[in-house]
Formats: sequence, C-alpha cells, structure tokens
Amino acid sequence: MANSPYHPLSFDQQGQAGNRSLLQKIHLDGALLLGLLTISAIGFLILYSAGGENWELLNRQLVRLTVAFIGLFILAQIPPHHLQRYTPFLFGIGILLLVAVLVMGEVGKGAQRWLDLGFFRFQPSEMLKLATPMMVAWYLADRPLPPSWKHLFFAALFITIPAFLIARQPDLGTALLVASSGVAAIFLAGIRWRILFAIIASLCSLLPVLWHFMRDYQKQRVLTFLNPESDPLGAGYHIIQSKIAIGSGGLYGKGWLNGTQSHLEFLPERSTDFIFAVFAEEFGLVGCIMLLFLYILIVTRCIYISVKAQDTYSRLLAGSLGITFFIYIFVNIGMVIGILPVVGVPLPLVSYGGTSMVTLLAGFGILMSIQTHRKLLPT
Amino acid sequence: MFQNVTIKDSIRENRLFLNRSTVLFIIVLLLTTGLIARLTYLQIIGHEHYADLAQDNRVKIAPLPPTRGIIYDRAGKILAENKPVFNLEITPEQVPDLDETILALSTLLTLDKQVIDRFHKLRKRSKAFNSIPLKLRLSDEEVALFAANRPRFPGVDIHARLMRHYPYKELTAHVVGYVGRINERELKSIDPRSYRGTYQIGKNGIEKTYEALLHGKPGYLESEVNVQGRRINIIERVLSLPGEDLHLTLDIEMQRLAHEALGKRNGAIVAIDIKTGGLLTFVSKPGYDPNPFVYGIDHKSYNALQYSHDRPLFNRALRGQYPPGSTIKPFIGLAGLRYSVITAKQKNFCPGYYQLPNLEHRYRDWKKWGHGSVDLDIAITQSCDVYFYDLALTLGIDRIHEYLSLFGFGQRTGLDISGEKQGLLPSRTWKRKARNQAWFPGETLITGIGQGFTLVTPLQLARATAIMATRGMNVQPHIVDTIGSGVNSVPFSPPATEQAVKNPPPKSSPWQRVIDAMTHVIHGARGTAKSIGKDISYQIAGKTGTAQVFSIGQEEEYDEEEIEERLRDHALFIAFAPVKDPQIAISVIVENGGHGGSVAAPMAGKLFKYYLGD
Repeated sequence: MANSPYHPLSFDQQGQAGNRSLLQKIHLDGALLLGLLTISAIGFLILYSAGGENWELLNRQLVRLTVAFIGLFILAQIPPHHLQRYTPFLFGIGILLLVAVLVMGEVGKGAQRWLDLGFFRFQPSEMLKLATPMMVAWYLADRPLPPSWKHLFFAALFITIPAFLIARQPDLGTALLVASSGVAAIFLAGIRWRILFAIIASLCSLLPVLWHFMRDYQKQRVLTFLNPESDPLGAGYHIIQSKIAIGSGGLYGKGWLNGTQSHLEFLPERSTDFIFAVFAEEFGLVGCIMLLFLYILIVTRCIYISVKAQDTYSRLLAGSLGITFFIYIFVNIGMVIGILPVVGVPLPLVSYGGTSMVTLLAGFGILMSIQTHRKLLPT
Repeated sequence: MFQNVTIKDSIRENRLFLNRSTVLFIIVLLLTTGLIARLTYLQIIGHEHYADLAQDNRVKIAPLPPTRGIIYDRAGKILAENKPVFNLEITPEQVPDLDETILALSTLLTLDKQVIDRFHKLRKRSKAFNSIPLKLRLSDEEVALFAANRPRFPGVDIHARLMRHYPYKELTAHVVGYVGRINERELKSIDPRSYRGTYQIGKNGIEKTYEALLHGKPGYLESEVNVQGRRINIIERVLSLPGEDLHLTLDIEMQRLAHEALGKRNGAIVAIDIKTGGLLTFVSKPGYDPNPFVYGIDHKSYNALQYSHDRPLFNRALRGQYPPGSTIKPFIGLAGLRYSVITAKQKNFCPGYYQLPNLEHRYRDWKKWGHGSVDLDIAITQSCDVYFYDLALTLGIDRIHEYLSLFGFGQRTGLDISGEKQGLLPSRTWKRKARNQAWFPGETLITGIGQGFTLVTPLQLARATAIMATRGMNVQPHIVDTIGSGVNSVPFSPPATEQAVKNPPPKSSPWQRVIDAMTHVIHGARGTAKSIGKDISYQIAGKTGTAQVFSIGQEEEYDEEEIEERLRDHALFIAFAPVKDPQIAISVIVENGGHGGSVAAPMAGKLFKYYLGD
C-alpha cells in the first residue's frame, strides 16, 4: 500500500471491487448526483414558469445542462492526484488567458470577459473559479499546517492575482467568488484564529480604498442596495419588485404558473438572476425552505466528502468547492430577498444561463472523483 | 509554532481540518437560518403588505416614445425627418389558420423562408395576443397590395414605425450626422426614464450635439391588465412631447453647389455668414449616405467606408488639420503692421531665396528667379515667400503666436458640432512640451509662409477670414439658427459684437492695407486669383495658398506631372465679400489639388456668385 498508494489495482488486491456499485465504478457519487438532478428538475419547473411557458428556453437550458453533466462525468474520471499534478499549469494558463482578455479589452473598450477563439467563446474567469482553490490547495498540501506567515503570503498571492485581474474586467461578482473559494481553502487549512481576525480587521479598513476603485455602476448598485426606494424606476426597481413577488407568495405560494408578478413581466431578469423570486412567489415559504434544505444537503455531502478525503490536497479542494457552492446560493438568494447588493450571481442549477453552470458541475465532478477514487485503507 | 516543524504532523492536521470543517458547517447553517428568517419576514409578516402591492401591480405602464424633432435648412427644406416604415404584423390568436394565412400572404408579398422561420421563432417566445412582426420595411407597392387584400386576412395588419430619414444623403452627413441604436456606453450616460421605448440616439453631428433637444419627452399608456397580461382597459394616456425642431443656418442648395464644385476631389469648403457667424456651407468630401446607419449598417458596407482610401467618414471641415500655406500671409502681414516692424510702403528685395545669417541652407521662394523689389501689397498679391520669411524672423515666434491666437488659430472654434480638432499654432512652450526641443529660427521662417508645424482646420480658416473681414470682431461659428418652430422659436446665437482682436483699433489703417492687398489678389492685374474677379458687381478680398504635402530636396524641382496624385500639394483659398460690407467668408481646401489660384479659388467664386449674385 505504502509503495503504490494510488495503484489502480489496489481495489482488486483488496478484493473489494465486487462490493462497489455501478455508480462507484464510473466514479459518480450517488447522493450528490441525486441532489443535483433533483434541483435541476425543480429548476426546469421554475424556468418553464419564469420564461413564460417557453419551450425553446427549456430546450436550450437542457442542452447546457447536458453539456455540464458530461463535463462533470469526465472530470469525475480523473483521479485527484492527476489533477494535483497539473494544478500549477492550469492556474498559469488561466492567469495568462485573463491577461489576454484584459489586453483585448483595452483595445475593444468597456467590459471584456470573453475570449473569442473563433469557433467558440470562452470566459477565462470561469476557469479560475476552479483553478484558484486548486492552486491554494496544491500549494498548502505539501506544507506543514497550520500555515506559517510566509506560506500564507504566497497562498494569498494566488488568490489576489486572479481576483484582481477579474475585478479589472470589471466583474466584481466573479472576482469575489474566486477570492472566497481560495479563502475557504486557506481557512480549512487551519489558519490561526488571531491571524484570521487580524486580516479581517485590516480588510475592513481597506473598504474605503475598494470603494474608490469601483466603477460608477458598481457604486450605484451598492448605494441602491442600501436604499432601494431612492431609485424606484431605475436600479432599485429590481429589488422592490422582487420583494413584492416574494412577499405576495405567502406561506404556500400562489401555485405553479400562477405567479402574477413574474408573469406580468413586472419582475426583471426573472429567468436568470432573479429566478428565486419567481419560485418564492409560486411555492411560498414552504417551498423555499424545502429548496434550501435540498441545497444544504448537497453542501453537507460536500463537507462529508472533504472530511473523508485521504490527502490534504483533496481535502482542501473538496471543502473549498462545497463552500463556494454555498456562497453562490447565499449570495444569489440574499440579493433577491434584499439583504445583499445585486452582484449578478446566478442561482446554481436553476438560473437560465450557460458558463457558470458548466464550471459548477465541473467542480462537482472533482468532488465525485475525490470521493470515488479513495483507496480502501486497511482497518 | 513552538518548534521548527518540517515534517507534516498528519494527525494534528486532520484534527485541525475537522475542527475547521465543523466551524464552516455551523456558519453555513447560521447563514441559512438567516435566509429563512428573512424569507419568513417577507412571506409571513410582510405578506399582506406585499400582496396589496402585488394587486396594484396589475396596472401596467407602457411608454409612448416621443417623435424626434425635424431638422431644417435656412430655407425650411427638410434635412432630417421621421419617415414611417411599415411592418407587416400578425396577432396569432386572431388568425383562424396560421399556416394557411402565411401561405396566402407569401403568394401576395414574396416571403422568404428565413422571414417565416424568424416569425415562428418569435411566436414561440411571445403570447398569442401579442402582435408579432412578419415582414419588416414593406415597400410602398407592398403596402398598397396588402391594403387592397386586407379583408382576406383577419389578424394581419400593417404597423407603422417612425424611422429617421436623411433625404439629402451624403450632402448633410457631415453636418447633421445620423442616429443609430443606443449602445451600452450611451445607455449608461442617458436617463433611462426619458428613453423608455426609444431605441435610437444621435451618434454624431447635429443629431448628437442637440440630442437633448431633438429627443423630446416620452409619454405613457397606463392600462389595467388581467392575470395573463392582456390589456383590459386604459386608465390613463399621457401623450409624449415631441422633440424640438431645429432650423440650421445651412443653405442646402449652396451646400450642394460646393459639393459639386469639388467634383471628384477630396477636400472641404466652409462658408460663414460674417454678420451672425452662422455656417452657410459645411462640406467635407467625400461624404457618405447616413441612412444605412439608422437601420444598422452591415459590417461589409461599414468596413468599405472605414477603410476606403478617401476616408469618407472623416469630417475634413471639422477635423481635417492642414498646413495653411500662403493663406496665413495676410495675418502675418497684419501682425507686422501691428507691432510696427514694417510699414506698408517699405520695400524688400526678393532674390528668389532667403538665407539665415551664417547658414548654408537656402529657403526658396516659389518663384525661382525672385519677385525683385517687394512691398506688403505685392508680397500678398503675388504671395512672395522671401518677404514673409524676413517678416516672420523679425516678428519672432512669440509675437506671431500671440497675434495669430487672436484669430482663433490653434483653438477650437466652439462650433456646435462635437469632435472639432484644434489645429496647431506652434510656440516655444508647445515645442518644449511636445518635442522637448528648443525653438529654431528656421522654424519661425517657415511659420511665416504657413508651413512647418502650423496646422489649421477649414473651419478655423473660414472663421479667421471672417474676423479679418470684420476688422477684428469676434465671429462665433454656429450651425443651429433657431430652436423650435413657429411662435415658440428661440433664436440660438446672438450676432457677433465682441472685439476679438483688440489692437489695432478698428478704424486705423493696417486693416485697410491688408484688406486692400487681399482685394488685389482677386482684382489686381497680377493677382493670383484674378480669374474669379471678372464680371461681378462687388469686390472680393482673398488669398490663395498651396500647402506642401511632402518636402522636396534643396536642388530638386517640383514637377507636377511626375508626382503621384496623393503626394501633390493641397490647394487652399480664403476670401470674403463684398469688401465694402462683408457678408460671407469662405475657406476652400482641395486635397492634392495643386494650386490655390487655379483650383480652389474658382470653387469659392461659384459660391460668391450664388450668395451675392453677379
């Protein structure tokens, strides 16, 4: 065992392969898969309602979801130690692509997030959503934990460089998601509490500086969030309308396809970022709690996988991916119910839209790989 | 750490990790509880309040976009209008058999498969009671044809939408500009409330500068809708306020004349009403047809314009920066009189070249064998270079810069079309800043004949000529004359009253000396533009110019025949008339046109004849 810890035949040697289910053989985690499929199904129901009973919208979402699940399946086949080996290359390529996008953005003026490769368009910031926590996990995996100041410094560098480049695009929402996935990995690595608090305190003091560097429309979003009624016809309109939709849903909701606010087109972006408001209007508080429960089940399974993981890299990566998934949910729902600013983060597996779903499910592919490539330790 | 750990303590790390995972899991649960608490607040405690608000939300507000203001020329001819464009639209729920209807329509109107596919695509996305466009931009015949057959097609209708149209096409493109689809950047700078239901915005020219006035104020239709979104009744209709009409100072017939006068050549002609500063002609050639831009020009056509060698999108009159050549000489002469470094009668000898003391380099006169003995009048009339080399050197660059600034050189004129270039009036400070070099005397020399660093726009040149004509009164160029139509119209610009050139006093002779010399350019026996002075009842004062595009060596000859068209000199001409009571000032620049006198001056002559008669 010690000589070849990841030997592919190790299961056979243990005589355990026969006990593994079909799902495990193809490296899928049943619990996670069930959770993801259930939420996707719910997502289709809401999208059908939110999109004005438009089959075409569903078709396109189905195609995207299929592509995303294929991505999940492929990533699940790659053993974690292979991923670990290629992590620095992936990260390096990601950073280069980000720089390329920025340079092309300078030429094209305005926000530039896409890299046009001719045959398809690609958003490098999505790649960094995975590559950043992978890089932090890779870096900390071989070092004694809790990390020393020096190691923390380098880990922080691997977070701030991509986050800064993405924020320059400017795409603050994604930059924050990327940064928080890396921070989650550092936290799991066991950063000392006093260091953590010291960093939080100094970051808070940096907030005014951040404000200075924000674009006007980003400042506007924050200001509108603090006081939505100040601009009821403009930027505050989203929040006001979504609160009306949610609040009017009540305990049991108005029923599927019966949400008036969403169907009368009062609610903007109801198929994408604000789709949770449609759900809340039609299924009420009961539905919301059930959906949140499903999400939390998935997050719990992710944390379970990370605790069970057998090496530091897998552990840190799995935990970080699970937490990032939760941050998606929290930020999106928080924004729709008016406790967080509108930052353009989709509701995982439910919001209509492409790229982020592929990345998200790729992350779950990695999680499943970590779970199903475990070697069986002698008891 | 207590000791310098180099070996990983995996048991301790496992414990640490478990500890942190637990903390994170608790945070996740706490935050989720927070979400649920907020949802409970909204959906249980706030339910009644929000349910009421939702009920009120049954009222739907649809914007009624305003009609854009019309743009007229000074005679009231329409330069920009709103033309109805007819689209064929179908309301699916009112059509008994959709496929049959489309089939019948396609025998009537020729419908491409593409058009039908797009219709079905749109239909899937919208509700059955919404009207969906089938064919866009019907021709007049198609409209008539459908109207005759309309009873056969219930649920099919023609809807009109107003689109901007520019009847004079390339004649007005560089003045009026065009409107186009609002882009992302513009979206951020406009007030979204006043642009609800409007999809177009002024992109350049008058359409851009006066966007706020032309646009108008949208109205809205407040109606009650049922749960499906179908309109039940109309609660309130607030009509939109149309945008203001604009009357320009431009004379479209004169514009056409100038355009035709330039023929196949590229260049610019600007004519300015001296009394008011209003622009009568503002031609940049070649122009382009602005109408395709309104509907969104296709890439191929746009690139053809963008990368054309003649640069039709480039507004030469506003943004073209050219060396003024000899047209600068009257202003230099005036500066000489003003600073009393010369008198009008004082004579200088011109041997055909000029040399700075102790230097080999010969600054040549255009006349190889020289003009002989020259006073200011002859120097201007025959455009003697040597005279102005000497004068410029005596004046020095500082005084030249100071005096020519008074005529607006090197500054934007403030014309109400945005994007103006400011040209360049060189000075010591400028050279130090831009090139990090000291100023050389040789540069002063060539500044005196309008070569070297100096750059002017055709607009600046016309304005400076107008200031000359008024003997130093400020002339503020503008192109909008009045805003609004009828009784509510507001005159835009007051006539010029301000003194731009404070010295010399208006009545003193230096002005007259220079203007006399400029009159001799057209009416003198040896004037460089005497061809246009015949058979007219009034006098014109002007100056020809030829600006070098590339320089020739010391001993080389400039042979017009052998030089490639695009390297040939630019022909320039400035003039105003009548000399007794100046009304109009004109500047002409013909790119690679050759001589100002033979090429540019006759073009101005045509405009004078049009505006002032014979």
